Amino acid sequence: MTWGVAHLVVRYGTDAALAGVDLDVAPGSIVAVVGADAAGKTTLLRVLAGAVEPDRGQVRRPPRERVGYVSGAAAVYVDLTVAENLAFVAQAYRVDDRERRAAQLLGPTGLAQARQRVAGHLSGGMRQKLAVAMAMMHRPELLLLDEPTTGLDPVSRIEIWRLVAAAAAGGAAVVVSSTYLEEADRASTVLALDDGRVLLHGSPDDLLASVPGLVFEADARLDGVACWRRGRTWRAWSPDGRRLPGARVASVDLEDALIVAALRREAA
Amino acid sequence: MSAFAVARGVTRRFGKVLALREAHLSVGPGEVVGLVGANGAGKTTLIRVLLGLISPTAGAVSLFGTSPSIATRARIGYVPQGLGLHPDLTVAENLAFVAAAYRARSPRLAGDLASFRDRRVADLPLGVQRRVAFALAAGHQPELLILDEPTSGVGPLGRVQLWDGIRRAADAGAGVLVSTHHMSEAEQCDRLVALAAGRVVAQGTVQEIVGAARVVRVRSDRWEDAFHGLDRAGFRLGLVGRSLRVVQASADAVRAALASAGIPAQIDEVPASFEEAFVLLASDR
Repeated sequence: MTWGVAHLVVRYGTDAALAGVDLDVAPGSIVAVVGADAAGKTTLLRVLAGAVEPDRGQVRRPPRERVGYVSGAAAVYVDLTVAENLAFVAQAYRVDDRERRAAQLLGPTGLAQARQRVAGHLSGGMRQKLAVAMAMMHRPELLLLDEPTTGLDPVSRIEIWRLVAAAAAGGAAVVVSSTYLEEADRASTVLALDDGRVLLHGSPDDLLASVPGLVFEADARLDGVACWRRGRTWRAWSPDGRRLPGARVASVDLEDALIVAALRREAA
Repeated sequence: MSAFAVARGVTRRFGKVLALREAHLSVGPGEVVGLVGANGAGKTTLIRVLLGLISPTAGAVSLFGTSPSIATRARIGYVPQGLGLHPDLTVAENLAFVAAAYRARSPRLAGDLASFRDRRVADLPLGVQRRVAFALAAGHQPELLILDEPTSGVGPLGRVQLWDGIRRAADAGAGVLVSTHHMSEAEQCDRLVALAAGRVVAQGTVQEIVGAARVVRVRSDRWEDAFHGLDRAGFRLGLVGRSLRVVQASADAVRAALASAGIPAQIDEVPASFEEAFVLLASDR
């Protein structure tokens, strides 16, 4: 079963938090929802979790007991140990092989050595790992993680992504939101939101291939075309693919694709 | 021209904890230097030392050729992670307040930022707040700018505007130190200084730092089985699209593990990503 939303509209008062969003999430696949603060990422995940009713559109999601959800704040029981936190959710969801499952989830991470520590005393990265492991304990069909890596360093981020990959390898449909574009490269599908609307949607390769025209690299700002900085050099976008004098064709990355999409939206 | 900020063999101890061990760093005029490192690697301690808020246990810091002092502080612009704005004041009031503290004139707001002059900071989107914080820190034309994840949480065009401002300051001769652990910010820097456990473990461009690091890539039609097999065997694993990435392992070890599990796969060594290189740097010290 493929989960997702179609023509989704959510309003808070008169503000549209989401204005016409479509998304499919197949089992075993990972969707990265990227965007700035207040782009609508959290609202989309809340709708998929069943915590917010849409004003318009359709939502396909499993019954709540087969959803795993970690909201922005890592929700762990701060007075319980790591092991007790995991045991508690395992009991609540009637997980049979709880010891084995816990060992599997903790795997080779530092959290495995911290089983007897009280969750309130864990570092931010460890606490977030625990929250994700708790949400995965009952093998949900749909796993929703709202910015699980925000504020975390690369070492913790890689361990969170190991859990995300394990969920997908186990057949779950996974939706992960992030403010960091580099994480989108890991996903099979990227949904870039901007101000409640879809800016880009597709596989990372498709998004790179679908940039209209050509993106160039130049040593100085070029007149008459949209330019942005990349380190000491500049990127310039030629919408019709016309060659730009004094500029080399750049190999486009997701950041370029997103900037071009945002420029096109602004011009529209 | 000599560097604006230099740390020479800086060690800083907090009780029993060595937060910095003989760290070296220099930021010259017109240069954008990225300071990267895991949480707890010593980035914040090094910034505090450079700001003159704490002094090193051993080693020396020089700012503009002298020791950190109130006088050198006035030549630095600093944007912390929390931005340091007064949320209840308007943009113009924030500007006037900071300018008075530096005994400088209130900076002019460029482009569309001017239209937010009379709005309360708390009512503005994060992208605009970040640009205001940068304008504030750069307003007294400091020679050294220290920025902590200056574009985090900002949309694509907001990031473009922020980097334009940062590069303009550098082109005008300022030295810029950007503390970050994000690829998108690191690759905007001229060079990076990587800290792990208080030590400088690598220096260079993103390409130079990532360049040598390798991970093992595994492609298989049975990627799920390959994942479970390697995960159970204790390998550090990631997934990019449908291919697995194994950090800190040899291709032979991965090949052996998959063969013994009877999982057919294509295995090769590929350049590490920024994050993966980081994990390698942080672990082989």
